[in-house]
Amino acid sequence: MVSEKDVAHIAELADIGIEKEELAEFTGRFNEILDYFDILDQVEQGTRGGTDLVNIFRDDIVEDSLPGDEVLANTLEKEDGFFRAPRVM
Amino acid sequence: MATLTFTRDDRYNAFITMLDNAETGPGKLSGIGIAIKDNISTRGIQTTCASRILEGYLPPYDAHVVTLVKKAGAGIVGKTNMDEFGMGTTTENSAFGPTKNPADTSRVPGGSSGGSAAAVASGMVRMALGTDTGGSIRCPAAFCGIVGHKPTYGRVSRYGLVAYANSLEQIGPMARTVSDISLLMEVLTGYDPRDSTSVNCPYAHIPDPDIRGLKIGVPEEYFGEGVDPRVASVVWDGISLLERKGADIITCRMPSMAYALAAYYVTCTSEASSNLARFDGVRYGPPADTRQTWHESFQERRRDGFGTEVKRRIMLGTFALSSGYYGKYYAKAQAARQQVRNDFLRLFREVDVIAGPTMPTVAFRIGEKTDPLSMYLSDILTVPANLAGIPAISVPCGTSEGLPVGLQIMGPHFRDERVIDVAYAFEQGVSR
Amino acid sequence: MTGTADTAGQESRVMDFSDDEVIIGLEIHCQLDTLTKLFCGCSTDYRDDGPNTHVCPICLGLPGSLPRVNRKAIEYALRVAKALNCTIVEESEFARKNYFYPDLNKGFQITQYDRPLAVKGYLDIEGDDGEKRVRITRVHVEEDPGRLVHKGGADRAKYTLVDYNRAGIPLIEIVTEPDIRSPKEARKFLNKLRATLEYLGVFDSEKEGSLRVDANISIQPRGWFDREGKGKADRGRAEVKNISSYKGVEKALTFEVTRQKNALRRGQRLGTETRHFVETRGVTTSSRSKEMEQEYRYFPEPDLRPLRVCTWADEIVLPELPDARRARFITQYGCSPIHARTLTGDLRVAEFYEQVAGIDPVFVATWVADTLLGELNYRDMSINRVSPDWFRELIVLVHKGNVTDKGGIEVLRSLLDQIRESGSCETPGVCVGRLGLRVLERTAETMSEDDPVVKAAREVIAEQPQAVADFAAGKKEAFNFLVGKVMKKTRGRAKPADVNQVLLAILGKEG
Repeated sequence: MVSEKDVAHIAELADIGIEKEELAEFTGRFNEILDYFDILDQVEQGTRGGTDLVNIFRDDIVEDSLPGDEVLANTLEKEDGFFRAPRVM
Repeated sequence: MATLTFTRDDRYNAFITMLDNAETGPGKLSGIGIAIKDNISTRGIQTTCASRILEGYLPPYDAHVVTLVKKAGAGIVGKTNMDEFGMGTTTENSAFGPTKNPADTSRVPGGSSGGSAAAVASGMVRMALGTDTGGSIRCPAAFCGIVGHKPTYGRVSRYGLVAYANSLEQIGPMARTVSDISLLMEVLTGYDPRDSTSVNCPYAHIPDPDIRGLKIGVPEEYFGEGVDPRVASVVWDGISLLERKGADIITCRMPSMAYALAAYYVTCTSEASSNLARFDGVRYGPPADTRQTWHESFQERRRDGFGTEVKRRIMLGTFALSSGYYGKYYAKAQAARQQVRNDFLRLFREVDVIAGPTMPTVAFRIGEKTDPLSMYLSDILTVPANLAGIPAISVPCGTSEGLPVGLQIMGPHFRDERVIDVAYAFEQGVSR
Repeated sequence: MTGTADTAGQESRVMDFSDDEVIIGLEIHCQLDTLTKLFCGCSTDYRDDGPNTHVCPICLGLPGSLPRVNRKAIEYALRVAKALNCTIVEESEFARKNYFYPDLNKGFQITQYDRPLAVKGYLDIEGDDGEKRVRITRVHVEEDPGRLVHKGGADRAKYTLVDYNRAGIPLIEIVTEPDIRSPKEARKFLNKLRATLEYLGVFDSEKEGSLRVDANISIQPRGWFDREGKGKADRGRAEVKNISSYKGVEKALTFEVTRQKNALRRGQRLGTETRHFVETRGVTTSSRSKEMEQEYRYFPEPDLRPLRVCTWADEIVLPELPDARRARFITQYGCSPIHARTLTGDLRVAEFYEQVAGIDPVFVATWVADTLLGELNYRDMSINRVSPDWFRELIVLVHKGNVTDKGGIEVLRSLLDQIRESGSCETPGVCVGRLGLRVLERTAETMSEDDPVVKAAREVIAEQPQAVADFAAGKKEAFNFLVGKVMKKTRGRAKPADVNQVLLAILGKEG
């Protein structure tokens, strides 16, 4: 069972704003789903399945970067070629 | 270059973006109008994934498959509606409103590629691209009465597909006939170095309806609890038809089905929680409020930008990966996933393909399913193919309560040709 | 010395910290010197260009883009792993480290977690008590995040500007065991590591921001660590994050040692703490921000395939590394062990030395290791800015005796100053002429009044009657005094032997 507090914490970790009034509903659904997931407890922890598809590489050859006007085309928050982001302190 | 004429009457809300005109050129798909699911990047054409958080986003590049269909001469008609980021089974979870099922407008078209299915079923386009993470091509194909194929994982490049659950999803064709599915497969497949999971296995095949001597496995679990007996009955009729065409029907068991759905939802939500972290408003999409601290700003942007189901899945995945729970959820899900793969590998030593219903029921009424878990449970028959990475097709096989039912055929890895042959045989059998 | 120990002994009745030791482990991030980024084809040569000019859908984290691993980055990392005597694991994989921050292009960093490229190696360094082995825990590859510019300083910034040119630059992360015992040792380790990486041709320390260090540091009773090991209850420790210069590492750690010692002396309990080094103030500050919460939700990167490259390591032929080169400098050139260590401690210096050593290896070793490096260090200049051609010319002038050692240093200083100011310099020959530093060649054996040494000697004798008288009275020191005066008058250009000879000749004759 996870509590509303747990769900609020997860929302913080996921940087998802959950409104206070939504919390109870989210928590209830969360617990129903987690209960269902409990079936996985019956699964033996086996070894990881191998794959032959390994070592997929590209060569160290310079390719074109995006043209300047396209880099910042999808945001209004820009300044002197930089993206403008919220403050970090 | 010629301009295609197409109907702009989108009465089922199949499209998020409709283009003013569609250019078509020479090639295998010359003169064919095609719809593209809105989670596939199209250069200069809004690509939203049916989410507010990507409203107005204009990709500066084309997805690999978009380049391929353009090169084959198809005319892109528009971008189709879907469940936000592919998270849903009904196309109700769209920021742009639900799509209606052309077979019955009070019903959902299925999801998440519901817009593509409705666009094809209604005749607005001849073909569409969908994406299938846990059944998102096959479910709407079944609900709308068209054909939809999820290719073998790696056969179609994912470059440009906005990721929901990378290890599970494939882009695939949706059309009214198996021949068109086959035609589109020729265009979509092939190696793309930009996708490290891409496999060099081009599809060059003409469907062959001769299935004499083919062994078809029918797992008991595909007709078990939760499967509507009326749907089961229609599908059994379909399987009988295949038997009449010379196939051997062998009932079998798939014990890992018990864990498949949980394994699927743990895996896809875990991957999604990470994939969707990039939507913070800094580089694209409606901008972040830069007057706040980054944490407040990201939270607000994501709170306003994501719908409820997307938030739920991001949180489920965040939880499943968090320290102390990783072993219980994510790691166990991977072990269960391996069991599903092993089950299929074992079965495919005995049978050539596996058949069963695509969905346990017919299309739901719009608004009928409000409980997320019961919605998830309706994916039980489609997710095993994604967990194993095997090809799976849904082909219309009659109706129940007047609504379309889909027959699902699954095959071994890289045997898309075989499942398409069986679907073709079935389609030919029905129409004669 | 014993007195100091006694004093400490008396204090120890209250609280004994005299027998503590400093425990340091490092986590070093170096940019690998590939042409393109780790997961896309964007050029890594971004430092002279504007923001966001070396970006593409992949390194901008645009929806739908997929990473592709740069083979060269893996090859470089394997070279490092092999040079650090690591075991290359049979199969390794990339993982996602999930956290939010504006410098991240995708909301996660692609790194390696429980299956790193290589583990369990070591690097031998010149430790505080002689040669010592620092064990390497692991070596892995990851991508660099973007660069943030805080408008108006981080504390007061109203917003942040983001440049993703750096995002996706390949980094190698090298983690050591906590085997380092002092800030000075930490610096020595880093210098050796840097030299090793540069010898391997995979790293360019001259590039701004190409190295970043996180340091774990604690102070424990001596021997405690070897007995108890990591993770057991201890006196607490600090992780100092994001030190971005070589000098910064020693400074930050020295500050931490003092801070932690003071706290322990005051009887404070130190927890496990993350601290930031503030380079400008030379201090570390506690970071209270929740960004440090260790909940990274690692899982295997589903868009990439595993790496099975352990066999590649067998094919790698390592170049001569610093230790081997040091040994060779001693045998081949007759360098002193100290000079050999200094000269091989930096690839550029070693190569520079070998280009000019031919003149006279031991003589040149002194000039490069002691004189040139000292002058460069004083000016905070790199040896890259010194051309072996003009340096050779200067050394030849000094070696032949055309310029004295002292004159040579004067020329060197002048030339370095010119380079620092204008980027170029005159030739040593021209500089010697301009400064009038050419050694005064005596016209052999003559006592001609035209000879500048003779002239200077006569002038000094005339000016210093007292010293001349003292010399005549048998005072040896008086002669040395006169030699010094002559040297000064000739501004160091006269050969001491000549001055001796001339002075003796004049004084002997007159006396």
